[in-house]
Amino acid sequence: MNAVQEQPVRPEVVKSERQYMIPEVNIEETNDGYRLEADMPGVNKNGLEVTLEGNELTLEGHRQDAQIKGELVHRESTAADFRRVFELAPEIDSKNIAARIDNGVLTVLLPKAEKVKPRKIAIS
Amino acid sequence: MKERNCIMTLIRYQKPEVAWSLPFSRVSTLRDEMDQLFDRIFQPSLDLTRETQLMDGWTPVLDLYEDKDSLIVKAEIPGMKKEDINITLHGDTLSISGERKFETRTDTTGTYRAERFEGRFHRTFSLPVSVNAEKITASYSDGVLTIALPKAEEAKPKQIPVSVK
Repeated sequence: MNAVQEQPVRPEVVKSERQYMIPEVNIEETNDGYRLEADMPGVNKNGLEVTLEGNELTLEGHRQDAQIKGELVHRESTAADFRRVFELAPEIDSKNIAARIDNGVLTVLLPKAEKVKPRKIAIS
Repeated sequence: MKERNCIMTLIRYQKPEVAWSLPFSRVSTLRDEMDQLFDRIFQPSLDLTRETQLMDGWTPVLDLYEDKDSLIVKAEIPGMKKEDINITLHGDTLSISGERKFETRTDTTGTYRAERFEGRFHRTFSLPVSVNAEKITASYSDGVLTIALPKAEEAKPKQIPVSVK
């Protein structure tokens, strides 16, 4: 079972007017927990919202409006913000989740709770 | 007590990752081992999810803006290092290429998802007007590459005065 499980899109998200782009992610397990990286070009610290509700982690990235003068002649980008939701396994230490964004890549570090890490048991 | 005769069978030890990379279990020959050695050099991670990505490649999205003085290209290429981005202009053809390399991580113990592309990308397209190659500037911020290409003098719109006689 994945410790970081994708949450399917819920009806209320579809109903709202906003459309979202689903950012591509890499999820790796590390010695201390998990590392999630998401591509969110055009998003910086100001536009980033990472929220945890219970065991549901929501990653939302609001793009800055392109302050480019001129007429848009050819468009391939999608004028939508990024959003992706994950369900976290209880082994993740929610109080110590950390997030940062560099060059449009969001990195979320999700440590495992102390008691879940393998421990050496002292032999008396 | 009688001593029992033991026949010991020596089974060649196979490291876990070698066993995994052989989907058909057959005896690993020396040639197989050498092949895998080369595979591992060129494909550092035998992550199967990544294979499908390799087929797709990476085609970063581009937007083109135009105003009377210049063309502006915006390319979404998150997670790049400036030195790994190449921009070249041949006549009226602009070429943007580069390679996205992921940091080597020493603490990774497993991969659950590998959707982000790692590797080369290349976009080439013809510009609608001629630009002044010497005055091109580019900046990279928040994962977006913005290239400003001032139009060549002859390409700028000119007002033609109408004389009334």
